[in-house]
Formats: sequence, C-alpha cells, structure tokens
Amino acid sequence: MTTPPSGRGVRPAPGVPALRLSGVVKRFGSLAAVDGLDLEVPRGTVLGLLGPNGAGKSTTMRMLTGQSLATEGRIAILGHEIPAESKWARARMGVVPQHDNLDEELTVEQNLRMFSYLYRVPRRGRREAVARAMRLAQLQDRGDTVVDDLSGGMRRRLLIVRALLHRPELLLMDEPTVGLDPQVRQELWSLIDALRSEGATVLMSTHYIEEAERLSDEVALMAAGRIVERGVPSELVAKYAGRTVAEFTTGEEGVAGLEHLLHRDGFATRRTGTTVSALRAEEIPDPLLARLGTPHRRAGNLEDVFVALTGENVE
Amino acid sequence: MTPEQTRADARPRVHVRPGRFELDAVRGVVAREWILYGQSWRATTFAAIVEPTIYLLAFGFGMGALIGNLAGFSYIDFLGTGIVAVSVMFQSMMPAVINTFIKRRYLRTYQAVLAAPVDVREVVTGEALWLAVRASVYGCVPLLVAVAFGLRPGPGALAVPLVAFLAGFAFALFGIWISSVITSVRSMDYVFSGLFTPLFLVAGTFFPITELPDWVQTAALANPLYHAVELIRGSVFGQLTPGSVLLHTGVLLGFIALMWILACLQMRRRVIS
Repeated sequence: MTTPPSGRGVRPAPGVPALRLSGVVKRFGSLAAVDGLDLEVPRGTVLGLLGPNGAGKSTTMRMLTGQSLATEGRIAILGHEIPAESKWARARMGVVPQHDNLDEELTVEQNLRMFSYLYRVPRRGRREAVARAMRLAQLQDRGDTVVDDLSGGMRRRLLIVRALLHRPELLLMDEPTVGLDPQVRQELWSLIDALRSEGATVLMSTHYIEEAERLSDEVALMAAGRIVERGVPSELVAKYAGRTVAEFTTGEEGVAGLEHLLHRDGFATRRTGTTVSALRAEEIPDPLLARLGTPHRRAGNLEDVFVALTGENVE
Repeated sequence: MTPEQTRADARPRVHVRPGRFELDAVRGVVAREWILYGQSWRATTFAAIVEPTIYLLAFGFGMGALIGNLAGFSYIDFLGTGIVAVSVMFQSMMPAVINTFIKRRYLRTYQAVLAAPVDVREVVTGEALWLAVRASVYGCVPLLVAVAFGLRPGPGALAVPLVAFLAGFAFALFGIWISSVITSVRSMDYVFSGLFTPLFLVAGTFFPITELPDWVQTAALANPLYHAVELIRGSVFGQLTPGSVLLHTGVLLGFIALMWILACLQMRRRVIS
C-alpha cells in the first residue's frame, strides 16, 4: 500500500470512494468532449463505462491520469484531488491505455523491469514484482521474447500486467480489448476476471456491450460527455428493455409503419437495417402483435438499453 | 487478518510527494533509459567513435598539413579539443531532438511514463541527465583519438568529462525544448540546417572565432558550444584562469537554467492537454 508522507494525513477514510467526479467538463474550443460528468466508483467494484466512440470515455480516462485537465468540476481519486495530487493518485493506481505503448524492441522482462523503476517498486521486491506480473499474464516462459515478436493478445496482456506491477488499489482500463479478435478478447476477460475475484477496483471504458455485461458489477452509460444511466447490467436491461425484445423484419417501406404502430402504444424501438426491435416485448398486447406479424424473440441487452435512452447505437 | 488486509500489506510502500520535484522519479526515468541503452549501445558506440575519427582524419591530415599552427596551437591540438565539444553536442542534442519527438509523437512513450508517479519536470530532467552522462563518456572518445594523432594533453584534461557533462546537459535540454516546439518531422530540416550548422561552425571548433566578422564574434558569445569549447581547450592545455572558468561555466549554467524552464513548460504543453 502506498504511504503518504508523514504528517500530511491525507489517507482517505475507508468510506471514501475509489473515484469521484463531480460536474466535470472538458472543452476543446467550443466542443465539450465531457459535459457535466458525475460519477462515483465504490471500492472493490468493477464499473464499466459504456458508450460509443466520441462519447467522452477516453477524455475522461485522460483526465483521471492527469494528462488532460478538466475545464470545470472536481475529480478525486482514492481521496486525492486531481490534478494537484495526481502524482500521489498515480502511485496508487494502474493505467492500461487504449493504444499499445510498449517498448517494442525490448523484451517482456525488460518492459516490466523498466516500469518497476517508474512505479518505484523497492529494489528487493522488483524481481518478484516482475515475475508475478509475468505469471499473471501467463508470459513466464516469454521473459526473453522481444515485444515485437509477441501476438496481439500477449502484448495486451503484458500491457495490463505492466499496470499492476506496484499492486495498485485502482485500475483504469481504456478500451482494453479494442481491435482484438474474439478469442483473444476471451483470454483477456479471464485475466480481468481474475483481478475482479481478487477484489480489485476497476474502471473500464468500453464500447463492447458483451464486455461490459460480462465483466462489470455496474455499468455507466455515457453519451455526449455525460452519464445517462447507471446500474447493474441485468437490472438496467430489465428496466428499459424488459425480459424479451421482439424483432420484426420487413421491407424498407414497412419500417416506418411498424415503428409508428409500436410508438403509438408506447413501445420503444430500435432499428437495424430493415429490422425493427420492440423493447419490453412481453407487454405487447396480442391484437397489436397480430398486426405486426411474427417476430423473432431474444433477450434484451445493454445495447437495447442504450438505444432506448439515447437513440444511438453503442457498437 | 482479512484477505483484503493481507493484499494491502503486500503492496510496496512508496513515498510520493505531489507537487515536489523528486529524485526517485528522476532515477526511475534514468533507469528506463539505461535499460533502453542496453539494446542500442553497439550502434551508439560505433557512431561515437567512428564519426570523430573521420573528422580528425579528414581535417587533421587534410587541413593540418596546410595550416600547421592556429591561434597558438598546433592544428591537431586545436581541432582535437574542438571536436570533443562538437561530439558532446551531437551526442546530446541530436538524440534529444529526434528521440524525444518520436517518443512523444509516434511511440506514445510519455503517455505511458506519465501514467506512473512521474511528472513532466522529472521526465525532462531524467532524460537530459542520461544524455549528459552518455555525452560525457562518449565526448572523451575524440580526445583519445586525438592523442593517437599526436595531441599531448595536460593534467587538466581530467576535467573534460565534467565539462562534457555540463555541456551535454545544456544541449540535451536545448534539444528537448526544440523537439517539443516542432510539430512535424519535416521541421527538423530547419533545426539541423538552420541551427546545428551555425552552432557548431561558429564556436571556435575548426577555426578561431577571431577570424570572423565582429557581429558574428558577438553572436558566438551567445553560443553555448563556444563556451564549452573554451572550457575544454583551456582544461586540456592548462590555459584557464579563474575568471574564464567563472565566465564560461556561468554561461553554461545560465543556459541550462533557461533551457530547463523552457523544455519543461513546452513539453508540458505538448503532453498535457
């Protein structure tokens, strides 16, 4: 555990959340990338920040690491005010960036050793910290392999464990599996699952619905720079998408008519090509169903929730 | 003891002082550079030895045969000490401009480093310190080559690594500042042609500045390389006076202070939005 200098007494009380953002705004010229963001992450939880590209997730992540300064609002990480005490917070958290920034010409072991210095792992614990990270990433046999020769999945695993060298209390992951194929993504999910079972506090931004549902205790849906809803994934789905979603496939000319009928009776819909999905389909009355035709039924998901709340698709 | 407590106790204890300039962080940055150097030392050492040797061969034999003596020195003595200073400048300023730019623009290195408990001032200082150490070692190589060519140094030559370190630190900071001012690789053409060339030619390296027009001589006084050359040549041949040491060291220290501030401010602008 990191220790503040004696006499400062800034170690947060146990009840202090791992992360708190209040009214955070980040403007680039006239564009507000983050627009009044309020977010709190309790300790020991995994929060998925879910939103489409351009929702403000990466800007938020950059503000949390002190690499972007908020135009307005307050940010506190583990009780430390950002940016004034950002260095302190960074000593107690790990950051997994969206874009791979490993040193390609160095080996796995060298990459980790290098960051053990930057994270100030004490000399006597350095070797063990590197070995532990390699074990966690299942790269213990690849210590001497140059990063350039690693597969995409191995690189990403290395990127994640590099952020864990100093045993952080909070882990920030910005789109940890973006651009990876499904099999590699599954591998990484196992690694994140392991962290979760250890009780780590994680804030993970993603635009993959399945990832958010699978890994998060709670998700915060982000659109246009603010949180539009937050909750346990299954509860959000039950609240906004219901138990089932009915998908009606029709010709291009029939889409508007289907939507009109559903909206008139108060059902939220989602359009994908010529398919209209009706949320809370279990509540559609039989006479209306008879007019709409025979649907394909499926379980609701967070994408449906997101569309219901914002009218936009996440993925 | 709960599992949570056990995990917390297992965490390394780190003392971090936000807002303060911390040597531990600088040490981390230097350690990082040392590990990177482990991959590139062969190429770096090759360039550090071969380049000044070629200069000494070409100028020493070529020009030396024509010139004989210059400003009270044999040409090989004059040139050998001048090339030490040029070598220090090239060993520190070139990588500072090129590598820092590539790390910032293409490799996202600073994004990774600044995610750790390190701030911009510590990154700038650590990287410049590392380049200065490297320059102080490699800067001595041309002196050894010049000895093989007939240069006879005095005991003051032992101070050359120290002067090379000081000059290397100054040029590394200068390079880091330039790299954070330029916005594209193409801009480096302006830097190399418009800045490097006059810097190393108008510094008393290959010929005394007294041969130049008055206004160029005045401009040379603002050139840190000129002061590095004077310190190195004066040390090697025991010609320094307390006044000249104070003047040349003072200018280099002033330049370091100015460049450190500019490099930190400009780099901060680039990496923190």
